Amino acid sequence: MKPAPFEYCRADTLDEALDLMAEFGSDAAVLAGGMSLGPMLNMRLARPAAIVDVNPVDDLSGIRLVDDALETGALCRQADALDSALVRDEVPLLSQALPFVGHFQTRNRGTLGGSVCHADPSAEIPLALATLGGDVILRQRGRTRAVAANSFFGGIFTTVREPDELVTALRWPRSKPWTGYAFDEIAQRHGDFAIGAAAAVATVAPDGNLAALSLGLGGIEDRPVLAGLAGFVGVPATARTASEAAALAAERADPMEDPRASAAYRHQLVRVLGARVLERAFERAGARQC
Amino acid sequence: MLRIEPGARHRVAVTVNGRRYSGFAEARTLLSDFLRHELKLFGTHVGCEHGVCGACTVTIDGRAVRSCLHFAVQADGAEIGTVEGLARDGVLTPLQEAFRRRHALQCGFCTPGILVSATQFLETNPDPTEDEVREMLSGHICRCTGYEGIVRAILDVAGNAP
Repeated sequence: MKPAPFEYCRADTLDEALDLMAEFGSDAAVLAGGMSLGPMLNMRLARPAAIVDVNPVDDLSGIRLVDDALETGALCRQADALDSALVRDEVPLLSQALPFVGHFQTRNRGTLGGSVCHADPSAEIPLALATLGGDVILRQRGRTRAVAANSFFGGIFTTVREPDELVTALRWPRSKPWTGYAFDEIAQRHGDFAIGAAAAVATVAPDGNLAALSLGLGGIEDRPVLAGLAGFVGVPATARTASEAAALAAERADPMEDPRASAAYRHQLVRVLGARVLERAFERAGARQC
Repeated sequence: MLRIEPGARHRVAVTVNGRRYSGFAEARTLLSDFLRHELKLFGTHVGCEHGVCGACTVTIDGRAVRSCLHFAVQADGAEIGTVEGLARDGVLTPLQEAFRRRHALQCGFCTPGILVSATQFLETNPDPTEDEVREMLSGHICRCTGYEGIVRAILDVAGNAP
């Protein structure tokens, strides 16, 4: 299992990386951590003419506060995000999701931006970004744009990134008062791809009723999806509400079927995982009021 | 910027276990193959070659990573640590001693990767719980031991064994 021959292009600056993207377009594969690209190359599922290695580009790393968001460079390693106090305080949902991403040894190398670009439907980082309503920052020569995570994913391994665009950063909305976050998933073994994953954000008003609610589902459909639960705003944040909201999300879901799980099983996962994360988010929102 | 044409051989200089080496690699040469075939360092084992089994784990600039998911040309100038760098002058490290004592290996194929991972893991987390050890080990596949001996050995060194 060895990659087919390719031209190796190492960008040392962002400008060099953008020039290479413009030169090769869809013939290039961007190499960040290589945790998804590496296996695809080794198994020859991908045979790009060129590899653009962006690892030396300093502008693509780092974790910083920008206005009301926490910005993580596309090259931010998953292990660094997991160790970051800033991430823990400002984006608790990401901190909760990261332990489910691969293993200690792959998080040391794997990046946040790489996972989002790869767009595996069961991946945790895209699910966390979509559930929070974050943005993906894309650059090409002469243009920068921000795309909402909810419109960035187009299906399995598919995004709206143009062939000459580079994802440079992710923007995560900062944690809000009166708000709780929760993440959970079911996989055959810890660290495997999730059969189903759920992420919840809930804002509970002082009267105990829901002021805002978001439930994201991963591994269920061909991309991370948000269950439309606006109807539950104003309803008491109770275990019963969590069950009812998850049941509605399951009713509306259109799950994939694959050798790991049937659509019926995934429907059940939405009910169980959905209720579990919603209830935890409600509790945590309550705890943050004390 | 550096560009290497398909098929061209590129000089790669690395420090492995404190010693300088250099050799030639194509752009597509995996670091695992470079270590074994070019530098003749056969301690690092190659299992699945797609990042799942953990046998090829080495440290690059101090962090445990998969050498089968890393290109040799990317490692130019890097500090690499392999299983050969653990024992000094034939004296095993406490972790290696614990592996022997606890029967943490049978065929030994997975052992180099696990030793490298566990060594870096204990540097960052010197007093792990059993759950944390098992979570770290989830990045490795051992088909002989059932992991119990490995968990006990790592906890022995961490001073946490029951």
